[in-house]
Amino acid sequence: MDNHIKNTVEFIERKKDDVMMKLKKLLLLCCLLTVSVLGMAQENKVEMADTMRSNGRIYVVVAVVVTILLGLILYVARLDRKITRLEKENK
Amino acid sequence: MYKSWWKIASIILLLYTFTAGFLLEVPRLPPLQETIRNLYFHVCMWFAMMILFTISVVNAVRYLRTFNQKYDIYARQYAVMAIVLGLLGYITGAIWASYTWADPNKPVMNSFSSIARDPKLIGAAIALLVYFAYLILRDSIQDMDKKARISAVYNIFAYAILFPAIWILPRILPSLHPGNDGNPALDVKNDISGNMRMVFYPAVIGWTLLAVWITTLKIRLSLLKEKKMMS
Repeated sequence: MDNHIKNTVEFIERKKDDVMMKLKKLLLLCCLLTVSVLGMAQENKVEMADTMRSNGRIYVVVAVVVTILLGLILYVARLDRKITRLEKENK
Repeated sequence: MYKSWWKIASIILLLYTFTAGFLLEVPRLPPLQETIRNLYFHVCMWFAMMILFTISVVNAVRYLRTFNQKYDIYARQYAVMAIVLGLLGYITGAIWASYTWADPNKPVMNSFSSIARDPKLIGAAIALLVYFAYLILRDSIQDMDKKARISAVYNIFAYAILFPAIWILPRILPSLHPGNDGNPALDVKNDISGNMRMVFYPAVIGWTLLAVWITTLKIRLSLLKEKKMMS
């Protein structure tokens, strides 16, 4: 009787172990899969100026470029005014 | 300053181009990355150039019909401004190409020979050289009427070679430039998204109006000079 009981306990313990092993294997597989998927995602991602935009620094570039544009337009407008004055003098 | 709605429109459209052009979302294409935004600047130079050459040839025809010296000045100044835009387009294209077409594993200068052989570049160079010849031809003739008449006729011939050289020839040959091998460069599915068009078309109009504005200044100056010479 005693022997028999001992055996069943052992049997149950071994079964438990088996389940744990299976779970561990499954977990490892999941981990590997996620890592590989993440790696693939990284490969497909195109580098853009995300960091610059997250820092809000792209606006600095826009400000500089717009300033230059406004300066040039102001220059052209002043030229326009000067030529108009010349035209009036020559009439 | 002649206050006109189109000068103000030009300023507003360009300000829109320079802000929306940098801040709006663009498609993420591997070889281009953020350089796709050059569409609002490099491509607009060529569009404005084509429009100004068209205005120039229209004025050349008007000169031949009326023999009014004024139209000759118009034709010349529009052609000069168009050449400036063409050169700017060429230089910006060279910068853009050296970072997107060149072999990334080699220094830029090593891929130069393969880039410089591209039919689109050669076509554009031919078109610009033809127009350089227009300026040389003009300035080599002393007689005013002869100068105006010959250069007006030459202008029409130059215009006839412009579009075959920059559009038709490069499309027949294999080229790295977008808009070849039968795919239009402004394809929504492959090249540019709908919201890039929202910036691109206003940008073309804005740049063209700015170029026309600068040209009108030069025209007015040369008309003044003409008047002084006559009096």
